[in-house]
Amino acid sequence: MDTNLAIQTKDLGRVYRLRGPKRKGDAKQLVALDGVNLEVRRGELFGLLGPNGAGKTTIIKILATLLLPTSGSALVEDLDVTRDVQEIRRRISMVSGGETSGYGLLTVEENLWMFARFYGLDNVTARKRIDSLLEVVGIADRKRTKISDLSTGLRQKMNFVRGFISDPNVVFLDEPTLGLDVTAARDVRGFVKQWMHDHPDRTVLLTTHYMAEADELCDRLAIIDRGKLLACDSPHSLKHRLQQDAIFNLKVGPLGPRPSRDAMIEAVPGVRQATVVEQNGHTELNLILAQEDVLSDVLAHLTRRGSSLISLEKREPTLEDVFIDLVGRRLDVDTSHHAEGEHAAG
Amino acid sequence: MSITRPLLDTPFIRRSNHLRTFITASWLGWQIESNWADPFLFAVYSIVRPVTSVLILVVMYSVITNGALQEPIFAYIYLGNALYILVGQVITGVSWSVIDDREHYRTLRQLYTTPMDGYSYLMGRGVARLIIGLISVLITIGFGMVAFQLPISIGTIDWLMLVISTVLGVLSLAAIGMVVGSLTLMLARHFWSLGDAISGALYLFTGAIFPLDVLPAWLRPIGFAFPVTYWLELARRAILGPNAAKFPTLSGFSDLELTGILAAITLALLVFSWFFYRWALHRAKENGIFDMETSY
Repeated sequence: MDTNLAIQTKDLGRVYRLRGPKRKGDAKQLVALDGVNLEVRRGELFGLLGPNGAGKTTIIKILATLLLPTSGSALVEDLDVTRDVQEIRRRISMVSGGETSGYGLLTVEENLWMFARFYGLDNVTARKRIDSLLEVVGIADRKRTKISDLSTGLRQKMNFVRGFISDPNVVFLDEPTLGLDVTAARDVRGFVKQWMHDHPDRTVLLTTHYMAEADELCDRLAIIDRGKLLACDSPHSLKHRLQQDAIFNLKVGPLGPRPSRDAMIEAVPGVRQATVVEQNGHTELNLILAQEDVLSDVLAHLTRRGSSLISLEKREPTLEDVFIDLVGRRLDVDTSHHAEGEHAAG
Repeated sequence: MSITRPLLDTPFIRRSNHLRTFITASWLGWQIESNWADPFLFAVYSIVRPVTSVLILVVMYSVITNGALQEPIFAYIYLGNALYILVGQVITGVSWSVIDDREHYRTLRQLYTTPMDGYSYLMGRGVARLIIGLISVLITIGFGMVAFQLPISIGTIDWLMLVISTVLGVLSLAAIGMVVGSLTLMLARHFWSLGDAISGALYLFTGAIFPLDVLPAWLRPIGFAFPVTYWLELARRAILGPNAAKFPTLSGFSDLELTGILAAITLALLVFSWFFYRWALHRAKENGIFDMETSY
């Protein structure tokens, strides 16, 4: 066992049995995780990047001891998630985004005090940490405000304080900026970065489907889709994979009947990946080309299909391009239903 | 928080995860249940409702018996009905918390990633309803003494037996509540009425409003299997004295024997509920439905 690892999963799998018709043999299952091998080092801010339904939350729930895996193993600080539940919970915390949760009738201070008690903190330490963390996230003046009176952004900041009040070794942040406005999301990201800077021996596992967030925060990240880990590296190295390619965003007129990614790749040699999105009477193409001069073939193909170029932009690769390169889809496509269909066992 | 804080900081409690969780959860339950911000609502819930429900029973009894309120059976029925308030309050108080945290407050995930003890937490959440239930019981009995001259004398009550039997009774009810709460952990639907349904069913089989002898012989074993039957009998004996002996169902048992039976059943239920809770939690995590929100 590598003691430098904060999190380690080996062939981690999770299958959900779906409720369906009651007849025998009709049981269906959803493969949420399929043989995931993950290693997160101590002191790392590690990201899991993938679309909705990719399996990110399932990994976090298993690591946070809320869900049992159906195969493989998962360790947090060398402790087994299926056996060492209490010991793991003493060392971790979890904050989920988009939470409207909380005992609305409690004040911010009361709610945090209660959780501090569940973590076993004494009164003096609890009060000290509550005051200092509320100050850091900028809601010290809301200490005696009832949770039900807080905005979504303020409530999420309070949830962050809850997540960090126990001074955890490993923090799981599940889509922490989901549903927040730009300012609140920036504050939350700033808090995470500062906390990691102040606590270099702690570990954060962050899930997100915002590529900019993953790019900004993570030391390393893994791209996950339909329960499988597709790539794992630093954001810079992942983007470097596409350094030899040419990446273009095109906005063109209507492309005629059934424009598709596959048609584009088949029709024009040298198009490595493409996404096609129709909206507001025009079509947006995101193209990864093997070489820059393939662009002229693309434009000729578009002209043959009766379309016209509205705008064209060449740009540097982003994590979204890495994702498209790996799976041929954009990151904002919800795959939860696709996963169910593809993995359903009769 | 003012009372709870120093209590939690005593060295013994600080060291015990179970006690710390229990007291903190009791505090939380009290904040949720005792909506003192609206005293009118609280009064309706804890005073008017139980008194009104017992009045309905009194009216029905009066019509059937032509107003024979001095008969021993009236005190038997009235007292059983008043004490039975605790059954519903404790069973649902413990079991309801699972649904409350999972579906309403959506905090189950937050709570169960802390190292608190889940069993102690659910037990603690039931304390507030127990207190409210006790207040309702006292008010209902007091009302009966004043309005219907129930043959109860404060000076002749066997307080020791009353306290011991009630403690055992409440513990057994909490254990039943834990079993119901554990079942709720495994049910993905909104089973909010499970606790009420069980306490409602027990109403008929535990001698709350009529002696068990009234039931057909083949139904009586259900009553004998439940601790509520023995608790109600002991509480009636403690409060009513010789009047309680006029109903033959359990008159063959001494106070000590009944207490022993009640203690044994309570202990068995507590042990069973602890294992059942652990098993249910494991199953819920295994099936991936532990924190599944199914309503609201």
